[in-house]
Amino acid sequence: MSVHLCPDCGYAYDEAQGDRREGYAPGTPFEQLPDDFVCPDCAVRAKSDFVRQDQ
Amino acid sequence: MKTFAMVHPEKGAIVYRDRKRFLWISALFFPLVALSGIGLYSLNGREWAFVVPLVLFYGGTALFDWLLGEDTSNPPEELVSQLEDDKFYRWLPILTVPMHFAALILIAGFAGTHDVSWAAMLALALTAGLYSGLGVNTAHELGHKKTELERRLARIVSAVPAYGHFCVEHNRGHHRHVATPADPASSRMGENIYKFACREIPGAFRRGWIAEQERLARQGKSAWHHENEILQSYALTAVLQIGLVAVFGWLMVPFLAVHNFFAWWQLTSANYIEHYGLLRKRNANGTFEHCQPYHSWNANHVASNVVLFHLERHSDHHAHPTRRYQTLRSFPDLPSLPNGYMGMYFVALFPPLWYRVMDQRLLSLPHINGDLSLVNVDPARRSVLEARYSKSLPRAVAA
Repeated sequence: MSVHLCPDCGYAYDEAQGDRREGYAPGTPFEQLPDDFVCPDCAVRAKSDFVRQDQ
Repeated sequence: MKTFAMVHPEKGAIVYRDRKRFLWISALFFPLVALSGIGLYSLNGREWAFVVPLVLFYGGTALFDWLLGEDTSNPPEELVSQLEDDKFYRWLPILTVPMHFAALILIAGFAGTHDVSWAAMLALALTAGLYSGLGVNTAHELGHKKTELERRLARIVSAVPAYGHFCVEHNRGHHRHVATPADPASSRMGENIYKFACREIPGAFRRGWIAEQERLARQGKSAWHHENEILQSYALTAVLQIGLVAVFGWLMVPFLAVHNFFAWWQLTSANYIEHYGLLRKRNANGTFEHCQPYHSWNANHVASNVVLFHLERHSDHHAHPTRRYQTLRSFPDLPSLPNGYMGMYFVALFPPLWYRVMDQRLLSLPHINGDLSLVNVDPARRSVLEARYSKSLPRAVAA
């Protein structure tokens, strides 16, 4: 389980927590998010822009 | 005036004072402008008084923009977090939320209980719509923030002008697709504001609804579930506006129709001027490049920026949508409008004047340099614009 950060606004997608409001259940891997996923907070960074926190 | 300061390990002491700090308080007094027509009428009994708020909004703000000029100062990046955490700034937009409800109820109440002409009634409805349009701007500022309180208040204030889909559509639709041909909230070169409104208003509603439907579907819920944030806002609209009809009678139906439309028109006007003709390039994989500073029209005029919570520093807003209004920055060489947004809203009402002011300005931007292939052009007007401008500006040399 890893955490992926939006490089613009700092939104964190924690795989362990998922994102209930966005409809991603706890345990949903970041890779399984839709290809057109964008940051739920700022919407100006796409899935490919996100950075794994441990990198 | 409050001083923000820190000692930076390399740069030493960094100090900043926000020159507009106390001007932001004026947001709390705008209801008085909206109510000034009623106030004047009760003093002199003349119906022309009802037009005063409309003149003050468009003409007065443009005049003050001209008189006060521009403010290009920026907070140092190192002090942004201090400004963002300052409760003074945070509470001002929040405090305006109940004022939007109060202003509509007071103006509707006056209209519903006084025997005035239809022209006066129209002016009252337009005035109420104008101030509710500022409510959409409040919703814009609050709806981009991360706290649940601010997001909830954004949906609540969107209910006043019956524009409950705004936050969903704006954040998840417009910001994602801005300055692309597919964005109903980005105007195209050669597209007048009336044609744009016919594309923007229904297009924005459709896109907002679909985005919310998809979010709820991922949760396994119907689009009609009570957690639909668009429906929550519209439910509040129903309570407010049906309540006004119930209390003040059927006269409220046309009054509220005009009010709602004119509030929407304020957003349409903003969307029309904010990205006129600007176009993001496609990447090799078919996606669009990130929104760049040159994909928004800006203005640094003090008066209208104070009215609109720095909305006119639009490039920085699109680069960093969650930044608070007090920390939005101006940069040199951004696409710039000749007047603040209110003045340009007025210019946009007259398409030939708008094209005269804006088209050469658009084509002269350094990243466009007269090349219409780099402009978001109305397809129906492309051949006319190509014929008109092909010889008047130097074209970029093809690589």
